[in-house]
Amino acid sequence: MGTTLSRILTSRRRAGRWHWTDVAAYTYLCIGVILMFGPVAWLALSSFKTQAGLLEFPPTLLPLAQKEVVVDGYPQPLPLFAATLEDGTTRHLAQVRRIGIVAQMVDPSDPSQQFRVPIERRIPVREFSLATSNYTEPLQRFAFMRFLGNSVFVTVVATLITLLINSMAAYALSIYEFRGKNTAMVLVIGTLMIPITIILVPVYLVVTEFGLVNSLWAVILPGAATPTGVFLLRQYMLTLPPDLIEAARMDKASEWQIYWRIVMPLTLPALAVLAIFSIMWRWNEFLWPLAVLTKTEVYTLQIGLNAFQGELQTQWHFLLAMTMVTLIPVAIVFVFLQRFITTGIANTGMK
Amino acid sequence: MAELKLVDIKKSYGAAKILHGIDLDIADGEFVVFVGPSGCGKSTLLRIIAGLEHVSEGEILIDGHSVVGVPASDRGLAMVFQSYALYPHMSVFKNMAFALENMGLGRQEIDQRVRRAAQMLQLTDYLDRKPKALSGGQRQRVAIGRAIVRDPKIFLFDEPLSNLDAELRVATRKELAALHGQIGGTMIYVTHDQVEAMTLADRIVVLRAGRIEQIGTPLDVYNRPANLFVAGFIGSPRMNLLPGRVVGPDAIRIGNEPHMIAMPLPEGLHVDDEITLGVRPEHMDVTARDDADLAITLDLVEHLGGETYLYGSTPGLAQITVKQDGQTAYQRGTRLRLHFRRDAFHLFDVAGRALRAN
Repeated sequence: MGTTLSRILTSRRRAGRWHWTDVAAYTYLCIGVILMFGPVAWLALSSFKTQAGLLEFPPTLLPLAQKEVVVDGYPQPLPLFAATLEDGTTRHLAQVRRIGIVAQMVDPSDPSQQFRVPIERRIPVREFSLATSNYTEPLQRFAFMRFLGNSVFVTVVATLITLLINSMAAYALSIYEFRGKNTAMVLVIGTLMIPITIILVPVYLVVTEFGLVNSLWAVILPGAATPTGVFLLRQYMLTLPPDLIEAARMDKASEWQIYWRIVMPLTLPALAVLAIFSIMWRWNEFLWPLAVLTKTEVYTLQIGLNAFQGELQTQWHFLLAMTMVTLIPVAIVFVFLQRFITTGIANTGMK
Repeated sequence: MAELKLVDIKKSYGAAKILHGIDLDIADGEFVVFVGPSGCGKSTLLRIIAGLEHVSEGEILIDGHSVVGVPASDRGLAMVFQSYALYPHMSVFKNMAFALENMGLGRQEIDQRVRRAAQMLQLTDYLDRKPKALSGGQRQRVAIGRAIVRDPKIFLFDEPLSNLDAELRVATRKELAALHGQIGGTMIYVTHDQVEAMTLADRIVVLRAGRIEQIGTPLDVYNRPANLFVAGFIGSPRMNLLPGRVVGPDAIRIGNEPHMIAMPLPEGLHVDDEITLGVRPEHMDVTARDDADLAITLDLVEHLGGETYLYGSTPGLAQITVKQDGQTAYQRGTRLRLHFRRDAFHLFDVAGRALRAN
């Protein structure tokens, strides 16, 4: 693993020599990594900053917090500063109180020594510190676990339904010969061109008629049949040898058995790809759940996150931390299934 | 085991007619081979029998019952595909058991049947393997095993040996023949390889362009081809077909050859009738005497050790093939005089139909 990685990272056009294309390739790749991974890294670091740290300008890269010391004779820990004294020396002093533009400071090692320092002549001493309360507090104070549960339910159930009905449609559109087959396929593909914003209101009306508003099924059902999924699975099923289906027919298999016992297992790579897509879509879905879910107890994570964003004040520290939490499941799915994505996409002709 | 009767089977895809009325009776336990060049409709005919294609017109009777409207799964036939069509995600055992499970048999019965077939085909050691881990010959045997376990009414084989290498093909061919002797089912076998047809068949059905050209035992088809097509198709190397003309009672002239060839002609031929003379390569002798019928110049000599093929030409005629037993010293450019054996030649009229002396 380690050697593979180092070989990938150091491979060149000709071993041991730098060609200008090597430089260009590595530059391009570095820019790519920074562009794509930079915001995520920034989010990760920022999610550990305190609320004050987030609003600081200029911003710091690492989550820093002012160092505090316990000084004899003072019940509270005092903030530590590097103060430049009148004689020009710089010492680490703890601030006892601030009066106007002058800070009253004390030497932590010798509390009897007191100093009066103008506030512009002292710089806070800071250290690396993770504000883990960003994570713990919302998990305790808000119904975040509830949101998480809702999101997981929606994602899992919707993905299962999507896989089942999309593969059935794809089976019909790839294995059977019937009049209007291509028309049906074109219609399915055609729905790709209709954005959700267009059908938002009509679908909302339908969902209301069924009395599904504020139910998780309202999020799951309307999007279960995806044209992308049908197309992807159909393209893959077309590559299955027709002999196999005919052999199964000769073997007295019913149509359901052919679908379930022959075609489905052989379509597994494409199903994995669709599962990954579906999980990502459902997990990150925002607009539609926002429309149909109005009660807090049915919120999904994405809608829950939106709740941190008030009209007057945004609790950035919670928002960023919870965004990180919502990223984790998708990242895990990717880590474990990414080999299916590459092989599956290559095989389904979705490039 | 069952008998099959095809009555005036026709098949067309839109305007393209593939089969033009096939009539055929296949007896119980018979091994029938459909042979013909690619595109002759032999595979389509097999698939129609199997129920994988709909028949446009005609009647298919299995044991006297029409099966035209019956789906493939209910006809009780088993098919071995050219590509084997093994289920890649199932083990050998599962592949063979799949049909039995669909038939609703008990687990014990399935196990018993699969193991018996596996033993017959020497697959017992491979039952847990996936098809991917098998050699071509083993896959072929699994495909056959999948057919055997079902104890079908009729076995259908669609060019089952064409994906095997030459050596394995010969071996599997023998195994198939032995298998037929052992289980004795009705078998229909499609191939374009006439050697397979000759060696396996009880009866050969020669097809061309959707029509049956001849039905007969292998030797019957070889010895008494019904027409030019069958004469040219059966036999390797192919029969020499020499266009000619009747020039007198019991005398013909071929090509632009100056002299007449005296041979017994069937009745009904008149002077100046166009005919085709068919002589197999093994029915010609190189001669030094005066009875030569034709002189050729050798273009190519193929030494196979046990036999030698001579390819020669003469102006006005297509290349002529002569088979000689053993080894010869003839070289390219050698001029040879040939004599046609009078007991083994074929005559065809202008329409290509065979003319018989009796």
